[in-house]
Amino acid sequence: MNARRASRVLLLAALSLAPALQAAVLPEDRADVLYHRYDGGGVTIDGPSVLVRKSFADKVSVSANYYVDMVSSASIDVVTTASPYTEKRTQKSLSLDYLRNKTTYSLGYIDSTESDYIAKTAFFSVSQDMFGDLTTISFGFRRGQNDVFRNIKDASGARIRDPAFQAESDTRSYSFSLTQVLTRDLVGTLAYELMSDEGYLNSPYRSIRYADATAPMGFLLDPERYPATRTSNAASARLKYFLPWRAALDGRYRFYSDTWGIRAHTGDLGYTQPLGGSWTFDARYRYYTQDAADFYRDLFPRRNTLNFQARDKELSTFTAHTIGIGASWEFRVQRLPWLQKGSVSARFDHMIVQYDDFRDITRGTSAGAEPLYELEANVLQLFVSAWF
Amino acid sequence: MRDNRLRRHARLLWLVTPVASLLGGCAPIEPWVKPYERERLADPIMAFERDPVSTAYIDHVFESREGARGGTGAAGGGCGCN
Amino acid sequence: MPYRPTTLRQTAPVARLARLVALALAAVPPLTLVTAEQAAAKVAANAPAPDFTLAARGGQHLSLSQYKGQVVMINFWATWCGPCRQEMPLLDAMYQKYKRMGFTLIGVNVEPDSKAAEEYLKKVPVTFPIAFDPDSSVSKLYAVQGMPSSVIIDRKGNARVIHKGYRPGDENVYLDHIRSLIRE
Repeated sequence: MNARRASRVLLLAALSLAPALQAAVLPEDRADVLYHRYDGGGVTIDGPSVLVRKSFADKVSVSANYYVDMVSSASIDVVTTASPYTEKRTQKSLSLDYLRNKTTYSLGYIDSTESDYIAKTAFFSVSQDMFGDLTTISFGFRRGQNDVFRNIKDASGARIRDPAFQAESDTRSYSFSLTQVLTRDLVGTLAYELMSDEGYLNSPYRSIRYADATAPMGFLLDPERYPATRTSNAASARLKYFLPWRAALDGRYRFYSDTWGIRAHTGDLGYTQPLGGSWTFDARYRYYTQDAADFYRDLFPRRNTLNFQARDKELSTFTAHTIGIGASWEFRVQRLPWLQKGSVSARFDHMIVQYDDFRDITRGTSAGAEPLYELEANVLQLFVSAWF
Repeated sequence: MRDNRLRRHARLLWLVTPVASLLGGCAPIEPWVKPYERERLADPIMAFERDPVSTAYIDHVFESREGARGGTGAAGGGCGCN
Repeated sequence: MPYRPTTLRQTAPVARLARLVALALAAVPPLTLVTAEQAAAKVAANAPAPDFTLAARGGQHLSLSQYKGQVVMINFWATWCGPCRQEMPLLDAMYQKYKRMGFTLIGVNVEPDSKAAEEYLKKVPVTFPIAFDPDSSVSKLYAVQGMPSSVIIDRKGNARVIHKGYRPGDENVYLDHIRSLIRE
């Protein structure tokens, strides 16, 4: 619906296709079929993600992903200011990795389509191993171009595109990472990403509210107005440690800030424990906190208070805790010699988000005094993987 | 206007040149983890991303609900083979 | 109301700087390859290959000196190394073909715990001798700089070829060297 979607697309695709690099070897050939499901805040989003990676002549690795989000129900934003909806987003991506000595060159393209948003992204990255393969430096560039539309209902009540509305946005991202083997048991990464969006960056459906004593609910609506540009910086540090009994501990911190005034801190902690040769268990905790955008208010004091105005809860001040567990079972099939190994995995995450300046107007009392919104969501992943 | 751009680019060279020469020119430090000592780092549980299909999805879940985006890339580690 | 986006030029000079840095540093790969080459040159070729004795698969001990007079290829490998596993069957084929012509291959497993290697060899058997180097003494002796590494030693006991890594097609390089050394 907006440029955030664009950056989401970039990240999702780039992550699924970016080689999980193991120094100067290409990533493994594998195929994964995933079922994903998100339930929270009155929204259910589920669908498949199929990822296939195959290498050729040990020089080139090709990866393709087909991903679908089927959205149903209405989120709190939409509940209060628009109507419930169902939506389907399809994303297809393709990437190529070329390995030459210690350098890996990657090129990829992602296409994401839904009824009111089309995002096309291209990315390129170079990764270099050095210092006896202890250090890996990587540079990446991504460019996305997005077309934003608006769905409306025609005379018969069917959903169509509003012919009077079309907008564009452009996203550019520059990333750098340095991975360093620190000891036989410890590896660390520093990563930095600069993202720059310009164009139509808000949602054609969302509104803000401003106080009006004469209005029946104590407030009136006005469309969002966002700046035409957004530049962000994100820097992270990550460490992964091998525990002597064969387990892994993973910690990461990310700092984020952008020109909209959002400042966020993310902390992740993960633990991986293999058991009995075939099983691997994971547990993770994630902490996220952010400060609201400068032009965000839950309730503006009057009309046109600021040049820009937003009431998107994703731009508000909030804290999110996520705990997750996962289990994976590896197997081999004797009858299929081409199958090196297979696995069945399940992951479950529970998110608790507490908003500090976004109020739940479905539980409205008086404008500005409604209880603060809290969101709890469950995320499920089930997938089967095959290595060949 | 032109002067400013040139000055900015010159400043860029100050940044790039020492970094590039450091990476390319001198190699007096010997790698302290030998190639034959990378057994634990090569263990699949030590990969930053064991299941890319899953990592991509969960990162998307977070990014689509939060204001922050990016800055999470990692490449490297592992067996260091070839 | 018509929408006119402002351009990147006006609003993100930092982005342009970053782009320039990224392009400039894409020049890094050619520079860093020099380091790898320089490092490889440090490992001496045409010098006598150091002798060693290691515990071998099957229980006995194995010494390099017992193969003097033959062309010997020492292959440093580990079960956790993908390219190592890839070349194992090819090395076995090479050994089978040339062992009667005065060639032998020693697979030196560099893992601290030999159990993984034993289990791997049960599933993927090879016929050439395997030695275990759990404390990395031989790896250090031969200054192993990559996994896998192969050292080809001539009949006089000099290390003639040091080959780092394995990529498909390298087996032909090995064969060329072995054939020429057998003929000497």
